[in-house]
Amino acid sequence: MDAINARRFGSRRFPALGAGLGRVLLPRLLQAGLVAWLVGTLTFVLTRTLPGDMAYRIAAGRYGHDMVDGAAAEAVRTELALDQPALLAYLSWLGDLLRLDLGRSLVSGAPVIEELGHLLGHSLGLAAVALLLSLLLGPPLGLAAGLRPGGALDRVSEAVASLLRALPPFALGLLLILLFSVSLGWLPAAGHGRSAHFVLPALTLALALAAVSSRVARHAMVEVSGSAYYAFSRTKGLGERLSFLRHGLRNVALPIVAYLGVQFVTLIEGVVVVETLFAWPGIGHALVHAIVARDLPMIQGTALLMGLLFVALNTGVDLFCHGLDPRRRQP
Amino acid sequence: MKLSLALGAAPADGWRRLSTRRRLGLVLLGLLLAVAWLTPWLHDADPARQQLTRILESPTLAAPLGTDHLGRDMLARTAAALRLSLDMALLSVVSAAVPGILLGVIAGWRGGWGDRVLGGLADACLALPGLLLVLLLAAIAPGNFWALYVGIALVLWIEYFRVVRARTRVLVASPQLEASRLLGFGPGYLFRRHLWPELAPQVLTLAAFGAASAILAMAALGFVSVGLRPPTAELGLMMTELLPYYHEAPWAMAQPILALCLLVLSLNLLAAKETK
Repeated sequence: MDAINARRFGSRRFPALGAGLGRVLLPRLLQAGLVAWLVGTLTFVLTRTLPGDMAYRIAAGRYGHDMVDGAAAEAVRTELALDQPALLAYLSWLGDLLRLDLGRSLVSGAPVIEELGHLLGHSLGLAAVALLLSLLLGPPLGLAAGLRPGGALDRVSEAVASLLRALPPFALGLLLILLFSVSLGWLPAAGHGRSAHFVLPALTLALALAAVSSRVARHAMVEVSGSAYYAFSRTKGLGERLSFLRHGLRNVALPIVAYLGVQFVTLIEGVVVVETLFAWPGIGHALVHAIVARDLPMIQGTALLMGLLFVALNTGVDLFCHGLDPRRRQP
Repeated sequence: MKLSLALGAAPADGWRRLSTRRRLGLVLLGLLLAVAWLTPWLHDADPARQQLTRILESPTLAAPLGTDHLGRDMLARTAAALRLSLDMALLSVVSAAVPGILLGVIAGWRGGWGDRVLGGLADACLALPGLLLVLLLAAIAPGNFWALYVGIALVLWIEYFRVVRARTRVLVASPQLEASRLLGFGPGYLFRRHLWPELAPQVLTLAAFGAASAILAMAALGFVSVGLRPPTAELGLMMTELLPYYHEAPWAMAQPILALCLLVLSLNLLAAKETK
């Protein structure tokens, strides 16, 4: 009896890491489904509302604009069953999406899945470097500022963060290009290949992210150092370092990590703009190009991938918070 | 006077009660509004009129901020772009805030299945990063102001809905509202007397942030040339157009960047909460 009680108490006080995992993963799974449906539906509406005959457009994409005649368009029409009613076409469109059959790019002719495979690596690389850089810049600066709220470092970092938040990533990137590439000539302005190409786009994204995360970290630090448990840890005799490591770090980290979920919106949106600015061969750049070229399968593929990436990153944050904060594991 | 009213403070001592940050934001926004709407009165130039004999000129009396690569008057263009951005901000914020607040109050007050349906709808709109949704809608109707507007408003309303709903749920359960209800006051009075005074400051902060993100979204799409089309004077589009002439006319290049930065800064300052 005692053993059972002890175990029950034990599990209540320190829930296992696996406890309540379903509550974290299920909504995210739903969200992923929603993203697929939303992107699929919007691109389907796009195929139906673009001006001009759909069969001619696809035939022109396949065979080149000079090679299209009525017969070729008819062949495409019967092959893809473009003359069926909208509802039927919509259902089969979603069916294709469900089987991950994203079709072929109208511009390059290659299967969209293959193209996405190339692009994803570049985008993930850029996003990872930017995120890492922002975590190195933002939270440490915020923590240092939060140790002395109202001090010189706090004021300066706040002013810089406000300025950076007012500068959208593309304007910031533009200024960095003008400074480091055009005026100083230290770094390549755009392109991809050498590691030097990483610096400016990653820095642009990282500064935009760090502007927010440094303030979140600062507020979290002020909150924690003003709390009763933190004061108690000091009065019971722990040194400044130990009480920060044992009682501060986790509680400070929680809002910073949780806020990453919000920041991923900035990251994904930033990737679209920054990749275009720096001619980075990733999904964001490809999405913009696909929209300009009216390449529907590519629009669907890239938007879908970015949406799913967003969901995946958020799931990562949820899981990390789940591991960090035992309160979340409580039933 | 009107602006201090808009901030939810009493008009008489409204200015004194504002934080330094908000005062700074108000002054900055006022200046930008003045530049945007007074320029057509004081400086009569068509923002789309090309004069190819006068390209990339330095600021002169005839063109106080110089001319761009097609000889168009930069002052007229920057002011027109500011007006466009502010129009978009006002329009999308109002049309996001009104349904957002209404639905938020209803969902928070009544609860039940309506609450669940609306919550699901909000989650659905949040599933994609906002700019991606706007981008897809912009792709359906390229270069169309209204497609951008619908996309931005569709992203913005969720924030109002969620904040208002959460706050309403707490307030509806409060004893003072319960007491008013027992005295027989109708929902209109309860909203005015108990809900709105609590909601207003948060709604206004959201409005300032929302305006900033609407402006940024439009500029970002213009910048990657999937937003509005030339020859519209739009801040993001102007940056892309003027970038190649950076060496010849740095002042022209600086204008859209500075205008956008100051506009967003002023709105962020207005939205800023007091720091501890």
